[in-house]
Amino acid sequence: MPEEKKIYDKGKVVAGLIIFAVIFMFPFWYNLGKAAPVPEPVLTDKAKAAKECIEPKSFMKAGHMQILNDWRSSVVRDENRVYVSSKDKEFDMSLSNTCLDCHSNKADFCDKCHNYASVNPYCWDCHIDKPKENK
Amino acid sequence: MENSRRTFLKIAGISALGLSAKPVFNAFAVSEEHGEKKEAKVITKKGALTAKRWAMVIDTTKFKSAKDLEPIIKACHKIHNIPVFENKRHEIKWIWEEEFVHAFPDLENEHINDRIKHLPFLVLCNHCQDAPCVRACPTKATFKQEDGIVAMDFHRCIGCRFCMAACPYGSRSFNFRDPRPFIKETNKKFPTRMRGVVEKCNFCSELLAEGKQPACVEASGGALVFGDLDDPDSKVRKLLKSNYTIRRKTALGTGPAIYYIV
Repeated sequence: MPEEKKIYDKGKVVAGLIIFAVIFMFPFWYNLGKAAPVPEPVLTDKAKAAKECIEPKSFMKAGHMQILNDWRSSVVRDENRVYVSSKDKEFDMSLSNTCLDCHSNKADFCDKCHNYASVNPYCWDCHIDKPKENK
Repeated sequence: MENSRRTFLKIAGISALGLSAKPVFNAFAVSEEHGEKKEAKVITKKGALTAKRWAMVIDTTKFKSAKDLEPIIKACHKIHNIPVFENKRHEIKWIWEEEFVHAFPDLENEHINDRIKHLPFLVLCNHCQDAPCVRACPTKATFKQEDGIVAMDFHRCIGCRFCMAACPYGSRSFNFRDPRPFIKETNKKFPTRMRGVVEKCNFCSELLAEGKQPACVEASGGALVFGDLDDPDSKVRKLLKSNYTIRRKTALGTGPAIYYIV
């Protein structure tokens, strides 16, 4: 007669497994339905008045980092300091003096999304934010 | 049987061709979509001062004491957000004063006239023709611009300090500490630096781009003259023609672009 297979201390094992599963999945349950809403960058009055950034909004949203990177190379390496946009408008290629001139609210404009996306650009280690603050 | 295999291969071949052609169609579709959009481009600033090789002549006969140099040094350090550190070893300097024997060690005579002996000399980056710092930099953070300026890309500097070891003029300073809290008056138009990068005089290329003379030249009241060394009619060349000038440590072959009238 074959020996009957059984789990020793079945009650304890199952209870332990359930407790483990609950603790393991706690972060998921705890945060269920509490997804942080996608932040909407706040525009300053000056930015609103300008209607459009140097390029269309969708492009800026997705590609501002690329543009800044190109600007940097162009200004620092090639001494080309003026950007002619696709709409034939000219802009000084400067993070502090052009971008942050309109978007002088770094905390509400830049940081909000960067924090949400968990990116830490180190632009502001050197480039000064809010260029108009003390003027 | 044979016939059906033949048709199968035909169909398979045509399908493969069709699939491989899809990316081409995609490419066309994309270019059509953006066909009307104008490409953005970058250009140089209008009214910028340009030259083949920038150089400076410093007329030391116009200086009497360290007091005359002070406003010049201040003007530079103010617009470039240079921090002031109490500790000399942390000092950042773009333009500073030096006595003759230290500025021109190879011209040191046992006896020199009193004026030169006690005169403070204004020294800065020499923007060498064959700059040793450019050669030493492993990341090309320091590079030679087409107009002769030895420029720095602070984004690229990894703080290895090879350039500081290479520079025979001590023109480079290293940021041992975060400079921001030590900047007295911040010029909001110019960036600061961060801890761990080397910095030096940039011949005010940001002012040249606006059509202005370097800050030290502006503040010197004519003692410092800035111009194109390659242009025989430039102010610099005229001064060099009519005055005897010396340069620092020319025997090293770096080809400094700062000339001193003594």
